[in-house]
Amino acid sequence: MGSDIILKVEGVGKQYRLGLVGTGTISHDLNRWWNKIRGKEDPYLKVGETNIRIEKGDSQYVWAIKNINFEVKRGEVLGIVGKNGAGKSTLLKILSRVTGPSTGEIKTKGRIASLLEVGTGFHPEMTGRENIYLNGAILGMTKAEISDKIDEIIDFSGCLRYVDTPVKRYSSGMKVRLAFAVAAHLEPDILVVDEVLAVGDAEFQKKAIGKMQDISNSDGRTVLFVSHNMAAVKSLCTRCIVLENGESVFEGETDQAVDFYLNNSGSNSSEFSGIIQFNENDIGNHQVSLLEVKSYDKENRVRSTYFNNEDINIDIKVNIKESIKNSRFALIIETQNEEKAFVSASNNITNGELKKGGFTFTVVIPKNLLNNIEYNVFVSGAIPGKNYFFKPNKCFSIKIEDSKSKGYNFNEKWHGTVHPELKWSLKT
Amino acid sequence: MKTAEEHWLYVISSKKKLIDFNFKEIWKYRDLLFLFVKRDIITLYKQTVLGPLWYLIQPLFTSLIFTLIFNNLADIPTGEGVPNFLFNLAGITSWNYFKDCLIGTSDTFKKNENIFGKVYFPRVIMPMSVVVSNLLKFGIQIGVFIGFYIYFIWFSSKSYSVSPNISLAFLPLLVILMALLGLGLGMIISSMTTKYRDLTFLVQFGVQLLMYGSAVMYPMSYFEKKLPNYYWLIEWNPIAIIVEAFRTMVFGTGELNSFKLIYAGITSCVIFLIGLVIFNKTEKSFIDTI
Repeated sequence: MGSDIILKVEGVGKQYRLGLVGTGTISHDLNRWWNKIRGKEDPYLKVGETNIRIEKGDSQYVWAIKNINFEVKRGEVLGIVGKNGAGKSTLLKILSRVTGPSTGEIKTKGRIASLLEVGTGFHPEMTGRENIYLNGAILGMTKAEISDKIDEIIDFSGCLRYVDTPVKRYSSGMKVRLAFAVAAHLEPDILVVDEVLAVGDAEFQKKAIGKMQDISNSDGRTVLFVSHNMAAVKSLCTRCIVLENGESVFEGETDQAVDFYLNNSGSNSSEFSGIIQFNENDIGNHQVSLLEVKSYDKENRVRSTYFNNEDINIDIKVNIKESIKNSRFALIIETQNEEKAFVSASNNITNGELKKGGFTFTVVIPKNLLNNIEYNVFVSGAIPGKNYFFKPNKCFSIKIEDSKSKGYNFNEKWHGTVHPELKWSLKT
Repeated sequence: MKTAEEHWLYVISSKKKLIDFNFKEIWKYRDLLFLFVKRDIITLYKQTVLGPLWYLIQPLFTSLIFTLIFNNLADIPTGEGVPNFLFNLAGITSWNYFKDCLIGTSDTFKKNENIFGKVYFPRVIMPMSVVVSNLLKFGIQIGVFIGFYIYFIWFSSKSYSVSPNISLAFLPLLVILMALLGLGLGMIISSMTTKYRDLTFLVQFGVQLLMYGSAVMYPMSYFEKKLPNYYWLIEWNPIAIIVEAFRTMVFGTGELNSFKLIYAGITSCVIFLIGLVIFNKTEKSFIDTI
């Protein structure tokens, strides 16, 4: 059913010139123009390099995104994920028509509006009401549409008392509320949401995500969602595209795409070594410094992958440089989606005084607690309420694999950050 | 099904057509135009004591100084029966509208980088709103001019023999020409400054110099008499023709050269169209270079 497709992206690429705009610019412009009047192709479009941020390139031109193709159906929520600099924002900018593509075409059957621009065009001297009209019109509403919805918008923002006061007297939170209220009452066919939106307090984020779900669920409108937050992507999106160095490397079901993204971004490093050592004074302060963190099994082998029916031992080696009281060391376990699984602290054994010297804490993560996923291990040390020795510091990642010991024998994904074995009983 | 698939609302393409205007879209955004005008008007003189009086102070004092320097000191004649002050006020009022349109639109891209970088609307709305809000300022200044006009004719002790020419009926057309010329030049400059900032400096004093070449404080006929060798500079300057035409309309002195006026009209339209094309070309990618 071709008619279902609301947005079609065909071979879109965007080239940027690196460095400064200076005297070289004019000669390139002239050369480009000279080629153009002879009916030739832009010579600089050929020379671009793939956008790999960490490598030094020879060319002054670089492709921020290259040859992106995808289609979006009406009512679909498409996630776009990728690392920093993968080209997500560039793609969104092109989609929202802020800048044009260097190659390719985007065809759409609906009005695209993006929530990148919360509060764009607010004028501090004008009142809240005047700004609602201006901002709404900038986002593409007509005056009549805004007039219809103005009460709703003011109500949603919760700024009724201030609505006839200049916006410069607003708190920053009120400005964001007012701005989001306007944006939320837009009725575009395709909504583009950048994770920039996720900046704000918890209530605001909840409201924003809720509104997005409303939009896609009840109104059947199309949403393009860009985020680093894999949990949000998983809960919202029906399909995902993974961008890497400006190219689309994966397209498909959300779960597979997220897995692909996480595996590709995590596997190439020393993250899974199971041990990390620090130089004295690298991590810590004048009281305590962190020397080593390692994870090992019951045979004292340092490992990073464990079965779920194994205890995991974690050693935290510190050097205490002056005697401390009421200290607390903590082990923080986080999933790859950056959700905290749990925190465990040393209060019981460190409430008293710790004398100067080298110490090693050993923590045991009991078997049958963690889920069959990857975790990041953090440690921190502090005197609660006073100061940190070292803030939560990412040490390494561990991976839990199913040992098939729980009475089921096929691989299954379990929801939740942990998957503890609890006592079950049965009565008649 | 096939036909439905071909029916796209719009297409974002890398291929740029030379002339690619979506007038329907601009019309759809007309509310935005008026909201921008409203914004400009309510916010311009916020937190000033004299407020909109500044609209009046600037042309009045300039006319006063011009009268002192150019008429009393340098003895430039202003034509039979035309009060010097009124002559200067007429020149400055019409020149100011052109100048405000030009300067107000010449930094469109730079000034609105923040909005333009985040949200799409037809960019041309922005310079258009500048032209419209300046029109209001021009209206107020015309009002002041009329006030002084009436004073000089009926209440002044000297007798002046000026009266509006029948061609005054074409005044709105003249105003449109001024707007087109100012807007056109402004759009060209603002497009160029996205990449090459040098032009911003040129505009600063270029406009000042242009004023001296635009028959603001002298009649064109006097220039021809005094400096015939350089007269072509003024003669074919469209804004000079427009300023002179404005004075002819209101004072009835001199005669309206309809050939030159048509020339000025065509030039204004051409500059405006060139400006529109360049502006349109720039708006698609300026955010990468600014």
